[in-house]
Amino acid sequence: MSGANAETVAMSPEAVAQHLAGSRYLADESLATAIFLAIRMGKPLLLEGAPGVGKTEAAKAVATLLGRDLVRLQCYEGIDAAHALYEWNYQRQLLAIRHAGEQDIDIYDDRFLIARPLLQVLRAPQQRVLLVDEIDRSDHEFEALLLEFLSDFQISIPERGTIRAAAQPIVILTSNRTRELAEALRRRCVYHWIGYPDAEREAAIIMLRAGDVAQATARAVAAAVQTIRARPLAKPPGIAEAVEWANAATILEKGGSPWPEAFRRAIGVLIKDEEDLTYIAPELGRIVEEALG
Amino acid sequence: MGDLNDPFSPFTGRRCPEGEDEGQRHRGQKVAPPLTCLPASSPRERGEESLPRAAQPFLHFGRLLRRYGFAVAPEQVSGFMQAVTLLGPRSMGDIRQAALATLAPPPDRREEFEAHFQSHFYGSTPAMVEGDPDEETRVKDDGGADDDRMEVEQSQEGGELSSAREQLSLREFERDEDRLTAFRCGLSSALPSRRSFRTVRTHSRGKLDLRRSLREIVSADGDVPSPLLRRRQTVARKLLLLIDVSGSMKLHTADYLKLAHAAVQGTDRAEIFTFGTRLTRITSALRLRDRDQALARAAAQVDDWDGGTRMGPTLLAFLSVPRFSSFARGAAVVILSDALERGDHAELEMAMRRLSARAFRLSLATPLAGDPRFRPETAALRAILPDLDDLVDGSSLAGLGDFILSLARPAPHAATIWKRVS
Repeated sequence: MSGANAETVAMSPEAVAQHLAGSRYLADESLATAIFLAIRMGKPLLLEGAPGVGKTEAAKAVATLLGRDLVRLQCYEGIDAAHALYEWNYQRQLLAIRHAGEQDIDIYDDRFLIARPLLQVLRAPQQRVLLVDEIDRSDHEFEALLLEFLSDFQISIPERGTIRAAAQPIVILTSNRTRELAEALRRRCVYHWIGYPDAEREAAIIMLRAGDVAQATARAVAAAVQTIRARPLAKPPGIAEAVEWANAATILEKGGSPWPEAFRRAIGVLIKDEEDLTYIAPELGRIVEEALG
Repeated sequence: MGDLNDPFSPFTGRRCPEGEDEGQRHRGQKVAPPLTCLPASSPRERGEESLPRAAQPFLHFGRLLRRYGFAVAPEQVSGFMQAVTLLGPRSMGDIRQAALATLAPPPDRREEFEAHFQSHFYGSTPAMVEGDPDEETRVKDDGGADDDRMEVEQSQEGGELSSAREQLSLREFERDEDRLTAFRCGLSSALPSRRSFRTVRTHSRGKLDLRRSLREIVSADGDVPSPLLRRRQTVARKLLLLIDVSGSMKLHTADYLKLAHAAVQGTDRAEIFTFGTRLTRITSALRLRDRDQALARAAAQVDDWDGGTRMGPTLLAFLSVPRFSSFARGAAVVILSDALERGDHAELEMAMRRLSARAFRLSLATPLAGDPRFRPETAALRAILPDLDDLVDGSSLAGLGDFILSLARPAPHAATIWKRVS
């Protein structure tokens, strides 16, 4: 795959949306526009949103759309250069020194270099898409390191010199917004806030993602989930949970439970917090009845 | 700005215990921005002349946003124009999408942004969006965004507050002063710590540092002089102070804020919130070194002085903002309140349970416990006692300071202590 290919795929936001739908991801207009702009302007794409709205899925879909491999860097507090950039394989280096004996040997050869996600992408920018997942979990030092990487797309290895990307790689960052990201990072990126989809889109997503769920079931699930999300829950259900709920209810229904009952019994895959469950339990029957229409 | 040159300025005449020139210098810095802004705007003015006329609205939109306090960098405006070009633009919708993607308004100010967009590009009447009046607990974050609010420090409100609260005799005041200094200096080393994922070089007790050892071996021609070690770093946990500013705590709030200021000055891992009927984050106000200024600034930010308490709902509001509740994760949380919750305490109970599940240690310091006859016997206190790690006396600054400094040391659970007492 080449850079020209990326441009032909991203002809217009509509073309991007169509391709995304082809890789089983339904993007709304503004997300498609943001992806289009990120690809065409050569900027990283920063996706923010509540957990479970499909940020990581969007990144996977973009990788599929471009026909590239997805390299994922999961962030956590304390992540550092050795986990994100590169590391030397010291054991092999020591063995090689032993083995070489009197001969001359370059222990900083490619053989001894373990490429971590950022370096992997740098080496083959045309074949890979970098996903920096949950950047808000890392600390400020790592954000600064990433900032440097995203502005120049180069990594300096003291023993080897600077490695530069041959082309601008495509980078997607996601954040749950548990903390405010550095202004400099937001500034460098094309930004998109992913919200929960409306009932109609959610029903379409459920149809696309779930195994074999009837249209009516998908509609009912989408409507019920919308109502449940409006309640003050500790953890509002995400899209993945809604899909699972539709699946689980369908399975139960085939096993012989009548409709409202099947939804109620499968609630455990939708709401995974004991307090939320007790909160929603008295209302659940009514919500499901209404959603079923 | 005239104040600085004015020989009769209130500054020169004011009594300032912690170094007068310090405050002045700080003020000088804060005043500077309008001056430095001038040269920066002139090249922009020049660049504008060479731009096609059609591009003007986009440039002006960026400027409009900046005027309303959105952080918009020049490169974002050029990115915006680039995006508009890339998209066609075929409709106003395209321009709106481009603006959203490149100018990146924070999600909580999205509506305000849309209103500005409407008024700028559609020419409708400037629609000012006020904070929507919802019945939920209002959450306020100073965010450190508007530093130009420094003027607030001289406002009447701040002065009144501090003079009305100056109820300590002079001798006690001095002793408190020493205590606060000792607290500030001791805090960063006294906070509980956790093991970080990062490693540091060390000379004993650690794992082999292969990278450095290998370099050493190569430079020593194959000899192994002595193994070089690394071990996991320990970092201080965060300290989260939640201060009750309701009417029933009136006598103690001033002291608590002083303590909070000392805590913020002593460590960068402290986060301070006040709560009454609302929740306000005052950490960045307290970052100012001068205490009087910092407290006045914090006072201006808090809207619910001496009102009622809605402890349960405000704590739940705290937990429902992901950014705030992540402050509590693994932190030492100290709530300074009398926990006199009126009415139903179910929400308080739930909030405390969630807080204690997140926190490393959850403590409640209540001024009521200064009374030797105090027993945790109100319904609310009895309900939350099992979730508390400590229930201590918060009536004196000295006791409270010592308690916070002892957070790293293990102590018996609050419920066991108070069972023994009663």
